[in-house]
Amino acid sequence: MSTKPLNMVESINRAFFEEMERDEAVIVLGEDVGLDGGIFRLTDGLLDKFGDKRVVDTPIAESAILGASMGLAIGGFRPVCEMQFSGFSYYAFHQMESQVSRIRRRTQGRFTAPLVMRMPYGAGVRALEHHSESREAYWAHTPGVKVVIPSTPRNARSILKASIRDPDPVVYMEPKALYRKYREEVPQDDEVAQLGKCHVAREGGDVTIVAYGHMLYRTMQQAVPQLEEEGVDAEVIDVQTISPLDSETIINSVKKTGRCVVVHEAPRTLGLGGEIVARINEDALDHLEAPVARVTGYDIHVPLLAREEWYMPDKARILEGVQRVLTYA
Amino acid sequence: MPRRTIQLEHSIDYVQILDEKANVDAELEPDLGKDDLLKLYSTMLTIRAYDNRREKLQRQGRIGTFAPVFGQEAAQVGSAYCYKTTDWFVPSFRETGIALWRGFPLANDLLYCAGYDEAIQMPEDSRDMPIAIPIGSQCAHAVGLAWSSVLKDEDAIAVTYIGDGGTSEGDFHEAMNFAAVLNLPVVFFVQNNHWAISVPRHKQTKSKTIAQKALAYGMPGVQVDGNDILGVIHVMKDAVDRARKGKGPSLIEAVTYRMKFHTTADDPRKYRSQDEETAWAKKDPIDRFQKYLTKKKVLTAAKDKELRQEAEAVVQQAVEKFSTMLEGDPAHMFNHAWETNPPYLERQRKEFEQYLEKAEPKEGSVAPRKSKSGSSPGEATAEAKAE
Repeated sequence: MSTKPLNMVESINRAFFEEMERDEAVIVLGEDVGLDGGIFRLTDGLLDKFGDKRVVDTPIAESAILGASMGLAIGGFRPVCEMQFSGFSYYAFHQMESQVSRIRRRTQGRFTAPLVMRMPYGAGVRALEHHSESREAYWAHTPGVKVVIPSTPRNARSILKASIRDPDPVVYMEPKALYRKYREEVPQDDEVAQLGKCHVAREGGDVTIVAYGHMLYRTMQQAVPQLEEEGVDAEVIDVQTISPLDSETIINSVKKTGRCVVVHEAPRTLGLGGEIVARINEDALDHLEAPVARVTGYDIHVPLLAREEWYMPDKARILEGVQRVLTYA
Repeated sequence: MPRRTIQLEHSIDYVQILDEKANVDAELEPDLGKDDLLKLYSTMLTIRAYDNRREKLQRQGRIGTFAPVFGQEAAQVGSAYCYKTTDWFVPSFRETGIALWRGFPLANDLLYCAGYDEAIQMPEDSRDMPIAIPIGSQCAHAVGLAWSSVLKDEDAIAVTYIGDGGTSEGDFHEAMNFAAVLNLPVVFFVQNNHWAISVPRHKQTKSKTIAQKALAYGMPGVQVDGNDILGVIHVMKDAVDRARKGKGPSLIEAVTYRMKFHTTADDPRKYRSQDEETAWAKKDPIDRFQKYLTKKKVLTAAKDKELRQEAEAVVQQAVEKFSTMLEGDPAHMFNHAWETNPPYLERQRKEFEQYLEKAEPKEGSVAPRKSKSGSSPGEATAEAKAE
């Protein structure tokens, strides 16, 4: 295995190789995942290595891709199916909501659907309409499904490994703006994330910033250095598992800092930020020195590419949110 | 009880009127006037020139990615010729040739490719639907549009387009079934260009033809050489007549070839051979039509040259006009989500406008009002760029 630093595409690709080697039950299916290696090359090389029984180019039929994955999962396999873009996953929504998420309950535990539905999401790659949305809330609103979003090459691998091994269906959403953004060292050992836990990406005492995916990157790489210069010691929490959401890590941090900003690319209304604010209200209201600020996408469709950068929260808007909670009086 | 056979009288016609060597089936040859023939030809030339230019503009970073028509000009222009602008045009995402035939300005198409939502603002009387990227989602709209025409006693029909890959989506089948059950004036026009990104036609369906899928829904289906514009016009006229006379929907499978990439983000070398592409290049719909028109003495070498220059000029004018359209207010993105924005969204717009006052220009995005320079977007690929 290569020891050179990997970008997110390479680290996900490596996770695939490792998991398919580890467990013969892992099957990869979706549009263009085989011969083409995935339109973003995430599944590159898998067909050559594992053959066309385990790496399957399917017809264009998202509902059947997910529905068949559930059948495979009940039949003892560990399917990892791809929705080519999250914008096309809604054809499969009905399968997820009506069947995949509740088959455990509908059979009182007799049948389960340990599958992964992965898909690129989010703006920032200058793509066409339907290719830029962040709709994690749709999936996260469905009980019985786990929703995860990695934020670095390293955790993309460890979270995908955990998702493949998880006993429940997992929606694995890839912030495609980070696919080739940068490289980092990925350990040789079999690093498997713990789903359902937030990760403290940076410890600090002045303010808690909660983010995930591309916005975690912008927070850590763009906002935090500026805050450091200004003498603000921010604690940054990388949510990683959108559902089930880990309250404890967030609440403990807010109890320490008394100030919190939630950053996400998804629209503000009914976004994850609202849930986080509600949980803070329930469990840490007395510790707050300022109302929690939300720095989010607007409540509109992501505009076409000429304006998508204006839609997304950027360094300036994150810093403004931090200022708001720091200067509240 | 013994098994008994239910007799089904099913077969599919294949139509070709103009072959690769420009031989014509005189019996089926449509009777088209010289002006129409030349207009069809010049539109095909324009869309080809436009595709070539779009590719350059994309590589230069002036527009984002797009899906070229290249190779499918006969299927598109030939089918568009057979119905009217008062009929409904319900495209997927590769039908720029049809939009052009129906009068959609190329400059606006470029503006759309450059990522400006306002580019697709249509005239009030337009019956052109916007492109539909989610595969197959448009088919049911054609059903409803045709239905509305029937309810209003109009003679308008709806024509919807889809690719070979799209016929794998449930939406396509549901719409076909609906149209047949309700006996609606819909033409389902499948451009079988053999490739759904990297997945070949034979991996999309085990059916011998796509046309035969019509039979299961109780409507006629026909397969036509999609690179033969005469054949396309012949079968399309039949389908349009049938729809207009209240005889219900039909399905056309035009067998053609995506001679270029799926979009600029795609590399066909990864999944198909040069030999295959070369073989299809010999079936180029424009070359074939040119030979026909030349043989028919509708087209001289001089006229051909003139039309090709005209096509380039039309494209050039569109690019020049497009270049003047690149300003605009980023706050435009707050328009058209609802008829009336709720108060909290208006508040978001105000927040945005305040932020915009102080914002730095965005690399690869439209600049704020004060500057024009930001209107040269960076390269659009499916890959993220370093920030």
